[in-house]
Amino acid sequence: MKNLLYFIIRNHYVILFLLIESFSLALVVHYNNYQHTCALNSSAKIAGNINQAFSVVNNYIGLRDKNEALNAELAKARSVELISYKVDTVSAQLVKDPNYIQQYEYIPCQVISNSVNNSNNFLTINVGKKHGVERGMGVVSASGVIGVVKETSDNFASVISVLNPNLNISAMLKANGYFGSLSWEGYNYQYAAINDLPSHIEVHSGDTVITSGYSAIFPKGMLIGTIDTVLNVGTNGFMVASVKLSVDFKRVGNVQVIKNLLRDEQLELEMHSGNE
Amino acid sequence: MNNVLLFNILRFVALLLLQVGVLNQIQFGGYINPYLYILFVIMLPFGTPGWLSLILSFFMGISIDMFCNTPGIHASATVFAAFIRPWLLAGLLPRDGVEPDVTPNIRVFGFAWFFNYSAIMVLIHHIFLFLIDVFKLNALHIVLWRTLMSVIFTMLLVVLSQFLTAKKTK
Repeated sequence: MKNLLYFIIRNHYVILFLLIESFSLALVVHYNNYQHTCALNSSAKIAGNINQAFSVVNNYIGLRDKNEALNAELAKARSVELISYKVDTVSAQLVKDPNYIQQYEYIPCQVISNSVNNSNNFLTINVGKKHGVERGMGVVSASGVIGVVKETSDNFASVISVLNPNLNISAMLKANGYFGSLSWEGYNYQYAAINDLPSHIEVHSGDTVITSGYSAIFPKGMLIGTIDTVLNVGTNGFMVASVKLSVDFKRVGNVQVIKNLLRDEQLELEMHSGNE
Repeated sequence: MNNVLLFNILRFVALLLLQVGVLNQIQFGGYINPYLYILFVIMLPFGTPGWLSLILSFFMGISIDMFCNTPGIHASATVFAAFIRPWLLAGLLPRDGVEPDVTPNIRVFGFAWFFNYSAIMVLIHHIFLFLIDVFKLNALHIVLWRTLMSVIFTMLLVVLSQFLTAKKTK
């Protein structure tokens, strides 16, 4: 016992280092996965407020209010657009009298913190629980898909960016409807890769890539980018293509959170059918 | 003694704010991000007890992590750099010793000494940081490229900071 105590005192520096280091590395391993939640994130109150303060400085003061107003208008317009509605008729005879129920709502907000040069990128936006934002909601800007909400506090939310290899988005080729999964490979902030496309289809550079609408996060048809080149055609029947993202992630400012009003219904149904 | 403590607290807060408020917002070329906050560990006074410098660097790293949404990554890299520091200093300092309250800086030790010392610290920190961050070895050449570019920018700022603050402490 005495020897052990003596050993600890003599080697306290190395032991303390190993303790702190393994604690830090445990944090890395445990929380680097975006399914896990962590109290230490930029939606936390202090970090959120400080980020907010800096973003005010960074904003071009004169244009800010005008942009916000425009963004609110855009969100309102998107909310009443036909694509936000779901046909609510049960039989084909009723086609003359189409009734719609609203499926998507857009919450306008601003990015107050953003990164493009880490290997896992996140954004922070200035709306949170108070404004109806929840985990798993999609985020878009006027030029395309931005990411998915990861954490929320009362007034802020952190968003896992498309520029994060942990995020997979169900993407579709607009021209022929084939779909695959889009993810970022961690190198260049302008390009992502679309995987799992069947290898027999023809893909041309410049083809538009949109969201498939299969995931209950994004409505169908939100712009993601355009095909750049086919990277490889695998022997397993699938190919990988690189996609030039339509959003310039260095310049995102005004964005919108997409609230899918029918999400719970869809997820519940899918869960039940998966269980049987 | 109180003065030394005050200076270090100020340096901690100033570097933290500078890092998250300014440097993290500037996105040079898509992948270069200088991490000047490591200057806090570089400039801890010589007499700082080992355990204290480990704990302080942990707090510095974890605060940065909080703003970057990267729990543990900056903390582990910073603590690792702080852990290596005593051996590095033992190798680089003259045998006859120095005052414990003195911080490593360019005015007392000269440009060449300070540059060597801080370059090694920055290199250790950045390599560890980028390796942990990417976490897969097949992208090694990209890790090395990003590390190199960021080291150059961080060192530029480290040296610049010495010339900017040298007059004030006279």
